[in-house]
Amino acid sequence: MLIFDRSRRGRAAHAQFPPETGESPTVPDGLLRKTPPALPEVSELDAVRHYTRLSQQNYAIDTQFYPLGSCTMKYNPKACHDLASLPGFLNVHPLGLGRAGQGTLACLYELQEILGEITGMAGVSLACAAGAQGEFAGVAMIRAYHRSRDDSARTEMLVPDAAHGTNPASASMGGFRVREVATDSDGNVDLAALDEAVGPQTAGIMLTNPSTLGVFDRHIQAIADIVHRAGGLLYYDGANLNAIAGKVRPGDMGFDVIHLNLHKTFSTPHGGGGPGAGPVGVNDKLLPFLPLPVAVKEDSCYRMLTETERPHSIGHLITFAGNVGVLLRAYVYVRMLGYEGLKRVAEFSTLNANYLLKKLIEAGFEPAFPQRRAAHEFIVTLKRLAKEHRVTALDFAKRLLDYGVHAPTVYFPLLIPECFLIEPTETESKETLDAFAGAMAAILKEAETEPDRLKSAPHSLPVRRLDEVRAARHPDLAYPSE
Amino acid sequence: MSRLPDDLKYARSHEWAKPEEGGNVRVGITDYAQEQLGDVVYVELPEAGRRVKAGEACAVVESVKAASDIYSPVSGEIVEANGSLSDAPESINQDAYAAWLFRVKADDLSELNALLDAESYKASAEEAD
Amino acid sequence: MPFIPHTEDDIRDMLAALGAASIEALFDEIPAELRCGALDLPPALKEMEIARLMHARAGRNRPLLCFAGAGAYEHHIPAAVWAVASRGEFYSAYTPYQAEASQGTLQVLYEYQSMMASLTGMDVSNASLYDGATSLAEAVLMAVRTNRKSRSRRILMPKTVHPYYRRVVETIVGSQALELTELPYDIDTGRIDPASLDIHSGTDVAALVIPQVNFFGVLEAVDELTDWACANGALAIALVNPVALALLKPPGEWGKSGADIACGDGQPLGIPLSGGGPYFGFLCCRKAHLHQLPGRLVGRTVDADGRPGFTLTLQAREQHIRRGRATSNICTNQGLMVTAATIYMALLGPEGLRRVALQSHRNTLRLMDGLTAIDGVERVFPGPFFHEAVFRTPRPAREIMDGLAERGILGGYELTREYPELGEAILVCVTETRTQEDIESYARKVASLVIHPGNGS
Repeated sequence: MLIFDRSRRGRAAHAQFPPETGESPTVPDGLLRKTPPALPEVSELDAVRHYTRLSQQNYAIDTQFYPLGSCTMKYNPKACHDLASLPGFLNVHPLGLGRAGQGTLACLYELQEILGEITGMAGVSLACAAGAQGEFAGVAMIRAYHRSRDDSARTEMLVPDAAHGTNPASASMGGFRVREVATDSDGNVDLAALDEAVGPQTAGIMLTNPSTLGVFDRHIQAIADIVHRAGGLLYYDGANLNAIAGKVRPGDMGFDVIHLNLHKTFSTPHGGGGPGAGPVGVNDKLLPFLPLPVAVKEDSCYRMLTETERPHSIGHLITFAGNVGVLLRAYVYVRMLGYEGLKRVAEFSTLNANYLLKKLIEAGFEPAFPQRRAAHEFIVTLKRLAKEHRVTALDFAKRLLDYGVHAPTVYFPLLIPECFLIEPTETESKETLDAFAGAMAAILKEAETEPDRLKSAPHSLPVRRLDEVRAARHPDLAYPSE
Repeated sequence: MSRLPDDLKYARSHEWAKPEEGGNVRVGITDYAQEQLGDVVYVELPEAGRRVKAGEACAVVESVKAASDIYSPVSGEIVEANGSLSDAPESINQDAYAAWLFRVKADDLSELNALLDAESYKASAEEAD
Repeated sequence: MPFIPHTEDDIRDMLAALGAASIEALFDEIPAELRCGALDLPPALKEMEIARLMHARAGRNRPLLCFAGAGAYEHHIPAAVWAVASRGEFYSAYTPYQAEASQGTLQVLYEYQSMMASLTGMDVSNASLYDGATSLAEAVLMAVRTNRKSRSRRILMPKTVHPYYRRVVETIVGSQALELTELPYDIDTGRIDPASLDIHSGTDVAALVIPQVNFFGVLEAVDELTDWACANGALAIALVNPVALALLKPPGEWGKSGADIACGDGQPLGIPLSGGGPYFGFLCCRKAHLHQLPGRLVGRTVDADGRPGFTLTLQAREQHIRRGRATSNICTNQGLMVTAATIYMALLGPEGLRRVALQSHRNTLRLMDGLTAIDGVERVFPGPFFHEAVFRTPRPAREIMDGLAERGILGGYELTREYPELGEAILVCVTETRTQEDIESYARKVASLVIHPGNGS
């Protein structure tokens, strides 16, 4: 039932709105609305019940294990939410940050410093709303850098064929032509292919390390050399930082510019699809181009740098200072971790991934890179299953939902057919991992004996498998449906 | 393997081309291509009057899980796009050779010689598999 | 170990299962020379300690009585909004890619899309973008993609659009060879002068951006502007305030055929000011442009048993499928903010939202009356306006703003930097959250600053 179906004319949450004064707006009649918008008319209790019940139809980290590769679905500490939501933080108008937001600015400034130290970067800007915006900023800074050196030949951005879709999308948005570089059978960037691909047209390369394939690219220094020698820059997609936080710094690997996903590594909530935050970090070369605003400290006072102080900045990507509420949550998290806690994130996410991989191999699953250690995530391929029992990775994923687990990432990266990308994260216990391996083993057996159970899954959720073809062919995107 | 009429020319990128009277070429996607795509949900077609080059992406066929660029096999001017596809995109799945996408008035019909015949297309598709 | 559940026994058992001597051994594929040593980070704090620190920091923020708008608006947020939106099932849920396990979030998004489409008078809405400025940038890019009649990549961008929005659009579209042409405004009315469009008539323009309400709080001649766009083969992009739309004619009804795209910032709908974010951007359009709409879309469909359900749809446009040719690179959007906004709109309903808009409007008029009664203070534009207005003072605007801040008031937005032609002008905003006393206090304090300059508080 939609909220609109609960609507009754004249019903309202009267406690919530200003009294009727009988005044009319001082606005010409021709500019006024003639018919009210089709918003629901419900009581406050109706609304609370409706949305509370809807929440109960969701899987969430607070209730289920979510081994979604590349998403880092770790526990979102309640303290982060509570403390970022203190009225003193919530009630600051963005235009009042300088005069009246010293507390907020102190947290933002310190977060910049902390993220810079963790990544080995000279400067950090927090003003990107999500990873994709961070990527766009990185690409724009690379462009600005080459332009500042009067080098207009650099029109190509290299992207591994295993890259997350936002990489080529951001590069295109940034005005570059995208050129894909092959991955070798070991899960690393193919050095020979890279050598062939670089030239005076190379603006840079966008990489994740560990890669989207769940393995650490051991040749990263060689890759850095090849690209740097050709005059290009290295961009680090920080989506997989959970695997190496506190142990390896992107700056030390040779990266010139990075972005972080605070909603991944730094535990800010996923919220059903955001908000996230995608701060960027740069080395000295790119410092002048950082997006604004950037916080600075003078004596014991904080303020934002002005455009006159950073005339070469690529500009502003968002109206105000970024997703400040999200940044405060990340600040609380990282202050609770410290260096020791951060290192343990990498250690235990890696331990959990390798342990789970071992258990799944024992249960009969095929790893994509059997000869490699897992980083914080790994891939198993269900290709054989698909061939022998005509059960796809998607069918398997849907059946997992019946076991009370959110399915892993399916069909990404595109390179590995019928794959599951599995990332347990460090906040899950051994029991949870064992239970998951048990569920996977049970479903594997079902795939061999009763494949239809999988093909028609899920069975135990509020809805059965949804008709996505119909949704796309006959889009019904708003009530009332046509 | 999927259907492959002998009287058509094929591109490696899975388009079929059929020369018609008046120097026009009718273009669609192969049965193999529609199988790979899955249920077609939407088709974006070029406007009549648009000029295209051989090999230029000028249409998109979308399924739930993929979006394929369609490349014009010849250079010329688009004379017509198949309007019935907006209401019934599934007709591409039902009969890929009847559900044409667009027709091009070719500048130079000899460009068709660069295309493959049914056998060579079949070989190239299997190789990619 | 914060948030890590492993006991010594667990570690031992897991390492044994792996045949690894230590956790460190699991990192043996990483070249030793890349390993960093200890990092210079502040020592770890327990929850009790960080709570104390954050309370102190929150206390360091000075509470100022808010009379500023300029893109972020203080409205009353019912307690139920965040009580429900903060539930773990909404808060810690992922993007609803596995539809069957995400019917809660998906239905909320469908209801949100429905409400926004109706509010803006459009056919469809997406499930949100980052904020108003980025949604404007996406609208501009979308217009260029969609407008088949236009070959130019030229956008007419009025100076009455928020300067912060204009700079964000420049940053985002700058690398895509789009041309942003500034449209001047009439300094007497504070509106785009429709006659200023004359030089562009008959030229190839991809789109015209029409703000309603504009940056000065003034209402634009939206019908004339929309008709001009239509007559010139340009798409009309409406940049709107969602609360104002409870009172004002929506973009779908502008001119003879309505605007093509509507966008803006949804922050006024139940989202706290929070120092500038997270907010959310909305983007709505006519059905004809649906396939060029960036961002997530939720569609209603049926399941295998014929029961109604919801799913993400038309995903082939998005980055995870289309990659380099996607309509946008956006992935994570602002899901939780949209959840809150949907609950807010359900609680306020059409009547509640109308009263919020009306009360804000009337409060602003009252303040302007009080200010113009002060000798030397003048109203800069005659109106009509919504809930923001511009006044000019005989003292430097900076002095007035500083003086008000010392007296506990965030006075508004100084226009002297971006609009020096207006003199010592301040953009002030009053919403329904300001009482009659607040309004009188503001006017009194401005009066004392004007009449007795240099007086300390």
